[in-house]
Amino acid sequence: MDKLKKSLFWILPSLLALVWAIPLFWMIVTAFTNPTYRMTLFPSTGFTLDNLRYVWEAVPFDAYYKNTIFIVVVTFCVQFVLSTLAAYALAVLDFKGQLLVYVIIFLQIIIPNDVLIIPNYMTISDLGLVDTKLGIMIPFFGSALAIFLLRQTFKSIPKSLTEAAILDGASIWTIIWKIYMPNAKSAYLSFAVISISYHWNNYLWPLIVTNSVENRPLTVGLAIFAKSKEANMQWANVTAATFLIILPLLVAFFIFQRQFIESLTHSGVKE
Amino acid sequence: MKNNLTAWGLMLPALSFILLFTVFPIIRSIYLSVMDFRFGMAEPRFIGLGNYVRLFHSDLFWKVMGNTLFFALITLVPALLIGLGLALIVNKKSKITGTLRTIYFYPVILPMVAAASIWMFIYMANNGLWDQIARFIHMGPTDVLSRQESVLPALAVMYVWKEAGYVMIFFLSGLQSISPDILESARLDGATGWKLFRHILFPLLGPTFLFISTVELTNVFKLVDHIIIMTEGAPNNASTMLLYYIYQTGFTHFDYGLSSALTVILLVMLLVVALPRFIAQDKKTYYN
Amino acid sequence: MHKNWKKVISSLFTLMLAILLVACGNKNDKKEGDGPVELEFFYPVNVGGPATKVIDQIVADFEAENPDIKVNPVYTGNYDDTFTKIQTAVQGGTPPDLFISLATHRFTMEDLGIVEPLDHFIEADKDGKEYIEDFLPSFMEDSYVDGKTISIPFQRSTMVLYYNKDLFKEAGLDPEQPPTSWDELIEYSKKLTNDDHFGVGLALNSGSAQWSFGGFSLQNSKDGGNLMSDDGKKVFFDTPENIEALQLWIDLQNKYEVMNKGIVQWTDLPTQFLAQEVAMIYHTTGNMGNINENAEFEFGTAFLPGNKRMAAPTGGGNFYISKDISDQHKEAAWKFIRFATSTEQLTNWSLNTGYIPPRQSSIDSDEMQKYYSEIPQARVAYEQLEVAKPELTTYDAAQVWRILNDSIQSAITGEKTAAEALKEAQANADAVLERYQGE
Repeated sequence: MDKLKKSLFWILPSLLALVWAIPLFWMIVTAFTNPTYRMTLFPSTGFTLDNLRYVWEAVPFDAYYKNTIFIVVVTFCVQFVLSTLAAYALAVLDFKGQLLVYVIIFLQIIIPNDVLIIPNYMTISDLGLVDTKLGIMIPFFGSALAIFLLRQTFKSIPKSLTEAAILDGASIWTIIWKIYMPNAKSAYLSFAVISISYHWNNYLWPLIVTNSVENRPLTVGLAIFAKSKEANMQWANVTAATFLIILPLLVAFFIFQRQFIESLTHSGVKE
Repeated sequence: MKNNLTAWGLMLPALSFILLFTVFPIIRSIYLSVMDFRFGMAEPRFIGLGNYVRLFHSDLFWKVMGNTLFFALITLVPALLIGLGLALIVNKKSKITGTLRTIYFYPVILPMVAAASIWMFIYMANNGLWDQIARFIHMGPTDVLSRQESVLPALAVMYVWKEAGYVMIFFLSGLQSISPDILESARLDGATGWKLFRHILFPLLGPTFLFISTVELTNVFKLVDHIIIMTEGAPNNASTMLLYYIYQTGFTHFDYGLSSALTVILLVMLLVVALPRFIAQDKKTYYN
Repeated sequence: MHKNWKKVISSLFTLMLAILLVACGNKNDKKEGDGPVELEFFYPVNVGGPATKVIDQIVADFEAENPDIKVNPVYTGNYDDTFTKIQTAVQGGTPPDLFISLATHRFTMEDLGIVEPLDHFIEADKDGKEYIEDFLPSFMEDSYVDGKTISIPFQRSTMVLYYNKDLFKEAGLDPEQPPTSWDELIEYSKKLTNDDHFGVGLALNSGSAQWSFGGFSLQNSKDGGNLMSDDGKKVFFDTPENIEALQLWIDLQNKYEVMNKGIVQWTDLPTQFLAQEVAMIYHTTGNMGNINENAEFEFGTAFLPGNKRMAAPTGGGNFYISKDISDQHKEAAWKFIRFATSTEQLTNWSLNTGYIPPRQSSIDSDEMQKYYSEIPQARVAYEQLEVAKPELTTYDAAQVWRILNDSIQSAITGEKTAAEALKEAQANADAVLERYQGE
């Protein structure tokens, strides 16, 4: 009886999981079978790599991949350095105008750059950064979320450690490098996940800023292709393209699942 | 003195980017929102509240606002309920729950562009997966994306699919922060199942509810990728939401003044939703 | 203290330098030097078939002939996306040197001062006059603004009726007698509609509906007048004839039930036709190659059925050259345009895509004539040009298009009646165009 109850308890969640998995399942099936005029959930035609091959040849995904990786890595590195410095100042030093800094930081947390497309485009255009990777990245260099997360962690590091180091004649850099950064590894990791997945997935801003293949990231490339009206029964090719783009993310997610989930919990602060 | 200099020195690099790309554009939006400024004009021309007046008199604007709020409503409630349900399901340690959690959560990490590209075909009229299923159960082709009454609900289904896992993890961490002692003593008092949930868990999850609601609400205000890919606002702007409207006015009609006025309205909405929470948090942060 | 401060500054400096280095490392270097002139070329694709490959081929052929010029073709999505990209690029101070955009955008382009008038190039060329005169008048006519030549026709098309001959036979219709009038269209569509397929299909998504509507409007016009005035400053949306035309669409869906309900996408329509889910479709000749290659049935093409008169809208993209680039670039861009619109290249382009070659000499070429005799369906499009007129072309074209599309959709979805919808479109478009009418 208990056993029956228990197994019944699992039916609804499993059905739900089935529904949740359908889009991914259908996408993979469609990407790897010959297209038919009517879509089917289960493959009705033979296995093929043609869709993948076609997409890889027709769309410069290798360039898009390089661009995305470049954007993601550089953005994160710059955020990493700048946020560490700022978080240290906020967490450890007492200074005039702190309140103002907090207000500004919260302002960005409430009003993300995503919605300021018009004025930011004008700024990028004034700086001559239209259609450059720097133009895609630069609005995100100052990350309030990163500063905030790091500051919280830095706060929890006992000040006595710092005081001892100062007595030993250590400079700020040594203190940050030797004491604060090693003690905030998990905060850095969290932020890395948030930052990287955000910039890997970002679409609207790069769409506005970029014009050329040399600077287009994957998301923009995929969207152009998906909307391009290039062929019949396009879904076979578009699912193949989508598959190519999300594969690294999915693999990373399945491996580092726990880290992903925990990190994204922190991103709530962002919004 | 020394602290001041060093601190500002350390703050400055990050802060200057934030000033340049968050604070300055906010001011610029407000400034441009009172200007007539279009592509091709050498100088903006001051028109006071002209852009706002134009918006408030335009049916389209109110339609867009209505769409945005309606979409927020029809995604927020299901996302919260399903997210909570999922959290309650996977809040036990076992192999099955681990797998379930993975499945519920994977859409969260997909780019919206990828999700939209997949769902665009699922929802495709007639030959899409959705309509094939509808045909199978004799509901006929539903053609959801091209009907004004179904386009937002259809997009909402996709969004809830994508977002419920995200909501789930907040409830999970909320559930896990409830001390086992409370649960234990409640159980000793004979509270089980629904009662336990209604009288113990639900009140304790209150703050989590509030938190997720604000997060989700602001998220919805910023949604735009899927509209660009799936509908472009069709049919007759039944799926145009605020940020898409800003994008359209700014980057296809090149009316920067009007677009800035819309941006200011969006900023006010974001502030209204987020401020109460942040005032509370700000105090806490500043004083601890 | 001073020591610390110095360190702070010096490290900041290093950091900024690092950022700058990154910045310069990936900035597009557009320096003029001894190297070849580099041209940036934006182009859209809006039809079936891998047209991007053909463009790449044209560029490769051109570069082989002109080693001192390098052309960098950038595929910028569909027409709407491309138009957006062009304007954002100009706004950002990095205009593409040349681009293909809709012929209908010429007033907007000229108004914004984005494009270079081409007359001085034409005059400077020895054969300039003959070159221009060789273009088919129906296409060349929408290249001018205020007497200036703004653009050169390239990927031009018109709308034709594709029909499935097998389904005609099945329905007891003569496969060699496609409908020639609205009445026949309704009658045939009724006969062709059953549980498996609809009689007729029209794409009504934003960006397509206004094109089809232009055709129906022309067919129903008493005096042959178009949706807009020739100077692009006025539109005539809410005339009784246009309301009648829109009502026909609504009736096809709701009264006769011979057309798929709702808004069928431009891209989905050929697929539905090929899947034999719809027996007749209104679509661009640019899709000829695609349909010819993939149809598993006999298909025919025909003039669009007329009502008060026979008529069809032309459409498609022209070449433009940007204004704010160096003379050297302008000349190189002109050279490329001349090359891409040479008789041979246009012939080749048409054979590969199905677009109508916009030059008479291409039409007359042996290859084209051979193609027409092999695929007689393709000839229909050329013959129909006799009765074709430009599609909706105004100032602020993107906005006016959107207005008409939105209103059409509101009528199709039953939100408004045909008259209400077109009245609203008229009012909204008047508000947009008001700024130009005073001039």
